[in-house]
Amino acid sequence: MTISPDAFTFVRELVRAESAIVLDPGKEYLVQSRLVSLARTAGHRDVDAFVRELSTRRNPATLRLVVEALTTNETSWFRDSDPFTALRESVFPTLAETRPHRQIRVWAAACSSGQEPYSILMTAQDTPELTGWKVDMLATDLSQEMLDRARSGLYSQLEVNRGLPATTLVRHFERAGLSWRISPALSSQVQFRQLNLMRPFPPMERFDVVFLRNVLIYFDLATKQDILRRVRQVMAPDGHLFLGAAEMTMGVDDAWERVPAGSSSVYRIREEHRSCVS
Amino acid sequence: MRVLIVDDSRAMRRIIGRILGDAGFEVLEAGDGQEAIDVLEAQTQLPTLACVDWNMPVMDGLTFVTEVRRRPEWRAITLMMVTTESESDRIVRALAAGAHEYLIKPFTADAMVEKLDLLGLLPVSVGEPS
Repeated sequence: MTISPDAFTFVRELVRAESAIVLDPGKEYLVQSRLVSLARTAGHRDVDAFVRELSTRRNPATLRLVVEALTTNETSWFRDSDPFTALRESVFPTLAETRPHRQIRVWAAACSSGQEPYSILMTAQDTPELTGWKVDMLATDLSQEMLDRARSGLYSQLEVNRGLPATTLVRHFERAGLSWRISPALSSQVQFRQLNLMRPFPPMERFDVVFLRNVLIYFDLATKQDILRRVRQVMAPDGHLFLGAAEMTMGVDDAWERVPAGSSSVYRIREEHRSCVS
Repeated sequence: MRVLIVDDSRAMRRIIGRILGDAGFEVLEAGDGQEAIDVLEAQTQLPTLACVDWNMPVMDGLTFVTEVRRRPEWRAITLMMVTTESESDRIVRALAAGAHEYLIKPFTADAMVEKLDLLGLLPVSVGEPS
């Protein structure tokens, strides 16, 4: 049983109106899997019937539950997969042609419990063009608690089940009691630091790649503009910025342009703005 | 698409069957590896995926995976271990025997769906009228 186009459209419009998060066509399975337990709890035989009643009665509490079910993100490895494919197939090979010192600097600007920076490093190891290269990773977050977790490199069984291919698990992790620990070869490449994106950044060397995914959605327009302007100042002129699927620079900071990268897209500083930062 | 769930626990077969049924799969079941082989031999239309527990009576999951991989006519079946066995060497053994993925119990429905995504098995029929 899969969700009908009408039900998907209703949920898509609801989530977009309430959260600015866009569920692209192809995310029907996500809607289905996230709503099925809500539907059953509400006594419906399937998600379609649940959504049909929701669209008629529009019970505010149920509407809120639906939005929360679709916008609460547990952190997965290789979250959304497309950005990591773009890194491996497009961004890293491009950088490999233009960095004579065989060194790349990456910033994961809201690293949470560490899955994102470690996923980036695993992707770098899977990129043939970067064999023998040095990848410097700065991982920052507002939460000291999250940074401590990320730095420990320890993940529960439930966490390593989320989006991590089995071959990657056995290659990059070792058992530590009931948990799994990221290999020292990876964790030693990451520098963790507390950082509040709303405040001026400390002095930093330029980055070739910045991951700023699913962060801007929480800020107002002026703050988004300020953050994107300051990110430009710490980017290499030909650097690559990754945003979340529901985020864009258009109408916020037009010094960035969206360019295709594999089946996904990244943001780069427009040519005419590069002189300002180089 | 069809899935064969091989697990000696009826409750676990029901849980996995419900998740995969919601994802659009038609579900077949077997209580051990030998029964799973009998089910496969009786099919004219093979399942796309088999979710296989490790520890089962009569024939365990690793032996079943090895047997499926030995038979060229079953080569197209994608094999995913779904088991409480969580040591690295176990995972390596299963992958070496021919399993494509490995999901460790306990797991959430989202984790199962993400494994299907990794395997390229999310139903192509999503979005069609149900």
